[in-house]
Amino acid sequence: MPQYLLKLRRYDPRSGEAAYWDEHRVDLGGRSSVLDAILKVRDEVDGSVGIRCSCQQAICGSCGVRMNGRPGLACNTHLEEAAARDFGVGWNPSEEGDEVPAGVIEVEPMGNMPVIRDLIVDMDAVHWKKIQRVSPYLINQQPVPEREYIVPHENMVDITQSMACIQCGACVSDCLSMEIDPGFIGPAALAKAYRFVGDPRDAEHHERLEDLSEDEHGIYDCTHCFNCIDACPKGVDPMSQIMRLRRRAGTDEKIVDRNNGHRHEDTIATLVRDYGLLHEAEMLPRSYGGNSWFGKFHPAAGQVLLRSLPSIVPAVLRRKVNIKIAVFGHKIPKPDLDAVKKLYAKIEGREQRVELNLYVSGFEDEPEAPPAETHGTGAPQDDGPATSPHELEAASESESS
Amino acid sequence: MKVAYWPGCVSRGFTPELHGSMAKVAPLLDLELIELDRAACCGAGVIAEHNQELADTLNARTFALAQQTDGALMMNICSTCQGAQSECQQRLDANTEYRRQINENLADESLTYEKGLTNLNLLWLLVEEIGLDTLRSKVTRPLTDLKVGPFYGCYIVRPASRLGVDEEHPRDRYMHMVIEALGGTVIDYAGVYKCCGFPIITMNMDASLKMAGRHVGDAIDADADCLVVPCPLCHLNLDLQQPLAAKQVGRELGLPILHLPQLLGLALGLEPKELGMSKHVVKPTSVIDWSASVVAGATA
Repeated sequence: MPQYLLKLRRYDPRSGEAAYWDEHRVDLGGRSSVLDAILKVRDEVDGSVGIRCSCQQAICGSCGVRMNGRPGLACNTHLEEAAARDFGVGWNPSEEGDEVPAGVIEVEPMGNMPVIRDLIVDMDAVHWKKIQRVSPYLINQQPVPEREYIVPHENMVDITQSMACIQCGACVSDCLSMEIDPGFIGPAALAKAYRFVGDPRDAEHHERLEDLSEDEHGIYDCTHCFNCIDACPKGVDPMSQIMRLRRRAGTDEKIVDRNNGHRHEDTIATLVRDYGLLHEAEMLPRSYGGNSWFGKFHPAAGQVLLRSLPSIVPAVLRRKVNIKIAVFGHKIPKPDLDAVKKLYAKIEGREQRVELNLYVSGFEDEPEAPPAETHGTGAPQDDGPATSPHELEAASESESS
Repeated sequence: MKVAYWPGCVSRGFTPELHGSMAKVAPLLDLELIELDRAACCGAGVIAEHNQELADTLNARTFALAQQTDGALMMNICSTCQGAQSECQQRLDANTEYRRQINENLADESLTYEKGLTNLNLLWLLVEEIGLDTLRSKVTRPLTDLKVGPFYGCYIVRPASRLGVDEEHPRDRYMHMVIEALGGTVIDYAGVYKCCGFPIITMNMDASLKMAGRHVGDAIDADADCLVVPCPLCHLNLDLQQPLAAKQVGRELGLPILHLPQLLGLALGLEPKELGMSKHVVKPTSVIDWSASVVAGATA
């Protein structure tokens, strides 16, 4: 039986003592869960270890913790998997000759939430408040239809992804925007918001989107760090739901928000159309002052350029920023730029957007070569849910409802 | 080795020292670069947010141009390009019908993307194609006593499954491995895998600068001489914006931030100036001092 060194981060805020590592050696098979090991310690050694858990089957979402620096459910993480984790800060690689050959597992409470005791965090103080913030219920159309409301299959599958959330808080734990800006509504709650924005039965799509765009801690406060995607034990892809909310808000509902979110997106799309490449010097002034060459003369743009002077001046003096490129930008060759412009006209001129939602379509193609022989940029085979054949028909569905 | 080379936008715009240092380092690594100068911006995830078909078409066009060259694979020097392009490629490779639709958009230019392109960031190419042993053998000026903090950022490590980070390809340790292979000392600090803040610089400037300032401060506290980044956008927030970030976090910073090819160049014997380090907003004084001391030591 392999022996693991389980290091539990113990802390009781009422004790006045600092947090400390409580080390236990546990003899368990590598396919036992981290929760099994924690409960073994609690049952056999120290009954005061604080851990919240219930179903032990990755359904109730109670046992979210960080294991070797990564968030997840203790009940569906194997000891061998946790010990082998070599990602993120807090990793302790086990080396040859180590006293504990099977590995060390550091278990900490989730981040971004206050600790109540040991591995138990205060979900009410953060997670549930954020969920309440997005009106997490269906707002019916009035008058309420007398008969059942038929929802198109692809819409239903689409929102099933956010409905798969079990509210464990793992994504909240490692959200890098929330770490810096605790006001951020965050990945779990925004994924929940998409569950209703993506539901054709809901009557207040526009109001919801306007609310979440205008809030300075709303959809445009997400920094694209992808931590929530890797953290989620249920494949909810919170960040992808946030991007869908942005697409709905900006492209479909044309909501121009006070946080520059829509202008920023519009600016990048326009600059790439007009130059083929990003014209960096235009990005900041247009995002603040309006998406045109004249944007830089808007007072909001002037203000941000003034604030940025301590960076702009040395960048110009050290010739980091070439004046010619700063003024005129850089372009791809004319025939290519013309081709790019034609692509824009064709694609943006469509009545309905063409989109592939891999959650709906699944990964259709089988790999032609064994995975071991291919490079990492190919489509992973073990990602995404299993697909039934009829879902493939919805491959190019539009998210517009 | 001949590769179809996608430099991205920013390496030719606001971080010209990245493109320049890559050009200097390539022959030393026996890399022949076929520059994809006809290709358009990857969209940085933002165009995909705006219109997915548009982003997928622009990147399929880039992939098709790469496949037209006789390069063994496509290489990029920007994590954000890697992440955005991997996302598009995942969709294109996962569904024949969708790929056909996107290729139809490219028909006017007689371009077609064929499933299965290999697109590697320079960091991945160093470890997986060139190999650390070969890299070690090319080092003429080991980075002895240079304390380097790796800053991976987001787009090159997450989501792990899409970016092929697994036991066989521990791509989230490659920067550690490369720094060690070059003879440097790896500094671990809190920000190794965190976000530089660049994606929200126009939406929430305070939070964005606070992210940059905090990571740079953490690295200074961990005694790093410099940070190395595989992404020019991280470089913009960590170097270009460092004076603003310092104000935001209320402490002095002044930590040099190197692009990956610049770190390689130093170990391969090039001078800081040749590698464009004089263009940085934060003067890389500690790195130049280190370089000067090594040269002095060699001639003494």
